[in-house]
Amino acid sequence: MSIIKSLYRDKVGMVMLTLLTLMAVIIPACNQVFPEGHTFHISTFTMTLLGKYLCYALLALSVDLVWGYLGILSLGHGAFFGLGGYAMGMYLMRQIGDRGVYGNPLLPDFMVFLNWQELPWFWHGFNWFAFAMLMVMLAPAALAFIFGWFAFKSRVTGVYLSIITQAMTYALLLAFFRNEMGFGGNNGLTDFKDILGFSLQNDATKAGLFMASAIALILGYISCRYITQSKLGRVCTAIRDQESRVRFLGYRVEHAKLFIFTFSAVLAGIAGALYVPQVGIINPTEFSPLNSIEIVIWVAVGGRATLYGAVAGALVVNYAKSYLTAAFPDAWLFGLGALFILVTLFLPQGISGGITALFKKKEAR
Amino acid sequence: MKLKKKVTTALGMTALAVTISASAMAADTIKVGILHSLSGTMAISETTLKDTMLMLIDEQNKKGGVLGKKLEAVVVDPASNWPLFAEKAKELIEKEKVVATFGCWTSVSRKSVLPVFEEQNSLLFYPVQYEGEESSRNVFYTGAAPNQQAIPAVDYLMTEIGVKRWVLAGTDYVYPRTTNKILEAYLKAKGVAAADIMINYTPFGHSDWQSIVADIKKFGSEGKKTAVVSTINGDANVPFYKELGNQGITADNIPVVAFSVGEEELSGIDTKPLVGHLAAWNYFMSVDSEVNDAFIESWQKFIKSENRVTNDPMEAHYIGFNMWVKAVEKAGTTDAEAVQDAIIGVTVPNLSGGYSAMMPNHHITKPVLIGEIQDDGQFEIVWQTSGLEVGDAWSDYLEGSKDLISDWRKPLSCGAYNVVTAKCSGTN
Amino acid sequence: MNTVLQFIITGLLFCLPILSTSVAFGATQSAEFEQGVQLLASKSFTEKEQAIHMIGNSGDPLAIKTLQAVYAGKLFFVKKDKTLVYGEPDGSTYSVTDFISGEDLGLIKKRKLKKITINNKLRGVLKSVLAGLNLQHPDPKQRLAAAEEILTGLNPELITLLKKSLLTEQDPEVREALTSALAVAGLHHQDPQQRLASLALIAGNLNPVVKNAIQALIEKENDPIVLKKAEAALKVIEAKSTWYARLETLFFGLSLGSVLVLAAIGLAITFGVIGVINMAHGELIMLGAYTTYVLQQLMPNYIGLALALSIPAAFCVSGLTGILIEKSVIRFLYGRPLETLLATFGISLVLQQTVRSIFSPLNRSVATPDWMSGSLVINPLLSLTTNRVTIFLFAMIVFAGLFVLLKKSSLGLNVRAVAQNRNMARAMGVKAARVDALTFGLGSGIAGIAGVALSQLTNVGPNLGQAYIIDSFMVVVFGGVGNLWGTLVGGLSLGIANKFLEPWIGAVLAKIIILIFIILFIQKRPQGLFPQKGRAAE
Repeated sequence: MSIIKSLYRDKVGMVMLTLLTLMAVIIPACNQVFPEGHTFHISTFTMTLLGKYLCYALLALSVDLVWGYLGILSLGHGAFFGLGGYAMGMYLMRQIGDRGVYGNPLLPDFMVFLNWQELPWFWHGFNWFAFAMLMVMLAPAALAFIFGWFAFKSRVTGVYLSIITQAMTYALLLAFFRNEMGFGGNNGLTDFKDILGFSLQNDATKAGLFMASAIALILGYISCRYITQSKLGRVCTAIRDQESRVRFLGYRVEHAKLFIFTFSAVLAGIAGALYVPQVGIINPTEFSPLNSIEIVIWVAVGGRATLYGAVAGALVVNYAKSYLTAAFPDAWLFGLGALFILVTLFLPQGISGGITALFKKKEAR
Repeated sequence: MKLKKKVTTALGMTALAVTISASAMAADTIKVGILHSLSGTMAISETTLKDTMLMLIDEQNKKGGVLGKKLEAVVVDPASNWPLFAEKAKELIEKEKVVATFGCWTSVSRKSVLPVFEEQNSLLFYPVQYEGEESSRNVFYTGAAPNQQAIPAVDYLMTEIGVKRWVLAGTDYVYPRTTNKILEAYLKAKGVAAADIMINYTPFGHSDWQSIVADIKKFGSEGKKTAVVSTINGDANVPFYKELGNQGITADNIPVVAFSVGEEELSGIDTKPLVGHLAAWNYFMSVDSEVNDAFIESWQKFIKSENRVTNDPMEAHYIGFNMWVKAVEKAGTTDAEAVQDAIIGVTVPNLSGGYSAMMPNHHITKPVLIGEIQDDGQFEIVWQTSGLEVGDAWSDYLEGSKDLISDWRKPLSCGAYNVVTAKCSGTN
Repeated sequence: MNTVLQFIITGLLFCLPILSTSVAFGATQSAEFEQGVQLLASKSFTEKEQAIHMIGNSGDPLAIKTLQAVYAGKLFFVKKDKTLVYGEPDGSTYSVTDFISGEDLGLIKKRKLKKITINNKLRGVLKSVLAGLNLQHPDPKQRLAAAEEILTGLNPELITLLKKSLLTEQDPEVREALTSALAVAGLHHQDPQQRLASLALIAGNLNPVVKNAIQALIEKENDPIVLKKAEAALKVIEAKSTWYARLETLFFGLSLGSVLVLAAIGLAITFGVIGVINMAHGELIMLGAYTTYVLQQLMPNYIGLALALSIPAAFCVSGLTGILIEKSVIRFLYGRPLETLLATFGISLVLQQTVRSIFSPLNRSVATPDWMSGSLVINPLLSLTTNRVTIFLFAMIVFAGLFVLLKKSSLGLNVRAVAQNRNMARAMGVKAARVDALTFGLGSGIAGIAGVALSQLTNVGPNLGQAYIIDSFMVVVFGGVGNLWGTLVGGLSLGIANKFLEPWIGAVLAKIIILIFIILFIQKRPQGLFPQKGRAAE
């Protein structure tokens, strides 16, 4: 009941959710029903690309939840995304079974040719989908919980917190690069064959993954909106604006922070898990600090503390990136760089803030 | 439901195949994809290869193109981002309908695009030396496999220089790991004791080499002739060689033989401290042959600079491109299946004055050259194999792959055939 | 080594008949020398090796000079008339002199010359032959170097030479080196007494050759007294080695630390003093490195001078870029530190791409002047690389200069005032906006200077800055924002900790552990090593 109420107030969100639902139905349908060459056909390439953007949008949503509503600028959300992705990747690796190039039924290829004799302990269990899905959420949640537990208890805030989240993802980047870790080193996990018995090369599977991403984004959006509209959400906004006052009023600030931070990490993990089968590879560069900064920038471009802004920002920036790399391969960094500078200077509330302001002006007239 | 999905996919696939060949027939040009990073960390090496391809395509067009049609290059920038490689590969094949793609540098980028090329049944020409342990129906490996670079280099050091102690230093990723595994097994088979092999891995872009160079110096001061076999990648090389020079390690006391340092990399290094260190490649710019002189001249003219150098991966693209052209002309079509059949056995001139052939395992034959770095950034060739080496997809020195062979000729048509169990693995 | 020996012997045998003829001629310009020089033009490395031995044995006054020129790769033949010439590169041409007569032949194009190339084996042979010749060099330093070189490659001929020169040698240091070399050879003597005497002579010598010789001796020694002595000597050497290894690690750590301090100190100002998170800091470092490259291109013959000039030049280039960034972007974002992060990230992308468009994505080669290459040899076990020592000293000078500037100058006073309480400072008549711009420019300029130093250690390419930005942030946060001492102590201690961890667990794990340590440390002391005082701390 309260969910519906919280959604009802969010008009832009409602529009966006409707659009997303339509997308989730129409795009796979167009891809599957209409043959290639038909006016209404949407190519698998476009669909997978959009599916990737939707994963990014979910990731941006998770960042907006902690940054927009809690004031924590996380420069390390790529770490949670990556962990979720690796959990999914490990499941997909185990699904290959003896179809790897060495035909080893137990060990993934990269372990065979580095002479590993047995499966490391942390790889056990990943042949079950349910266990893998549990780890998709649990691994990022655990990291976020432990990290947050220390950080929020000792009241690390502001830029310091940003920098140590950056240190966290950087440490993971270095760790996953090591081949001894048993995650495939720089090459990461790749050459996936199928998921739940469906071939990943199959267009229908891809349509299914696209739908799953859209649904995950919709559910993620609804839960984020519910949280921000709840009492907890208002406490969070208060923490963002005046942390010490909230503390004086008797709220356990660190508990609220810890819950939101961990929840956001789970969202990021799910985004990563959906991302991996669609792009076909997970490797340590997902942990790179620059990637995490980019996520923050999607949110900033879209407009923070709005949730729908984050989704829009992720879609717009990534579309621009795809377009610019194809159209102006030599100069796309100029465009991207300029976008960040211009948005922070002239649209401090992001695109969505800019549009809202425009509407308000009109209404005032 | 499941059945229906399968039917639609099957229909989609045939439709796709038909449209690819149809569009290739109907269009005025034949599209060729170039998949090299133009930004990000790998842009350093890959931009040159993009230009090389543009030049080769340009020259082919001046000769009248292929099958009476002009070639059209489609350039995309995967920005050194591995998932983006897969996305851009899809874009090239599905959207741009290219008939063959020349690209990738790092192993991870190749691994990332591999499923795409197999799924779409398109062709990739991969021009860089790599770790082996792969043979795909859709990929042609025109760079060196470990037996075309690493093993001959070690042989040279062992027999000609009399090296008894070995430092295997590399960046921690799959190429050095595999190469060093192979070399370790090879050296042990040659009777080198485990205590005389030191293995060291460093992260990408490692810049502080003080401790490691000091260790190498200590390791080399224990009385036996020592050499370093370096699989250190790109950016980490400059600080590595600088530190070697400063700590007084010269080529005559501890020579370093590198597999990833070529003319292009040397053009960004102050070569003074490097003189005399070695590199093993299948081509050097200093190779004395007419075809090489012509290639250098047209390259410098194309790029409008007399200072630009040529290097081994460029030669690999030169060979790969010419092989593709010849195979397409032989097959009379750009259709992937037909070209795959036609290209095996195709022989084209390489730049060192001989000929390279495409083998049934999709690797090519190459000579192996060892060169010493000169102070002008060029290599003086000090040794070379008497004949050509055949690229070996599966190393004989690794436990998992010694029984595997690759042969893409019918009826075997298998990339990883186990001769003991008589099974073909790695297929769906 | 064995093969080298073999070649020397065959070389000598080959030379014998010629030697006798040359004696018969009693020539001033010996026939053997001439023949050797002719043979140098050969393509075969084996023949060149014979040539080197012939020249070495000729006793010709030009022999040393010839061999040295071959070693340095400066000896050429003119392709047309086969004259032997000495060439110094001059742009794309060579300035050439006739080697025998010394006559100046002017500039000759590279393509018209044929260089006498050598390979590694020949380099070894050249070194050993030159060492033998240099034992008679008038300069005692040269003789000392020769004796030490011979120690690493002893062979019967050289031992005879050593004995001969010991008879006439006057300089005590050289005598010592000669005696040690002979003593190492004496360890193989048949008489145990002789072996003992030799052992006593070299007991304190730290040269690794000595250690290896003693180890070899222990393995096959039968005499118990000699064995005991040898083992004792080895123990002393090993104890000393561990001690020097620790000193060496400390130096490595200080050196790494000084690089971190240099990279971070500019950030400590912009981030610490005016609270701006400058993600483009790394790119400002990169600009400094490129400035060095450009200056070296402008004056290719004065590399050292170019390097010195690039310090102020890089300061200006990066500093002005910094002021431009401040005036055009950051000025509008004060009080919103997280937004500056985004905007400066955009700037960093633009700067990178600009450099890539101008200079190409390839790395650029920055030369190291001679006075910065090589190392200060303290003893055979401990040598400090000159470039690292220079950069360490340079970092300290920059730090001291900055410290004095901030503490003593009126600009520094203003900067500190604005940092501590902006409103109060403005009330007192400080032009805060101007101070902000200058502070940002100062921080950026220092980043440029760091770039000059880094150009001597690592690649100069568009990605240079990215490699250092995270480390710089860690140093600043660890040391305590807004505190120069914190940056100094933080940088140096992180460097040292890293280097002491590295031998145990490898470079990657060492770095990971340092990062985890910083994360935990910030939990314990959120304000870093040296917390900031004053209003800005809130």
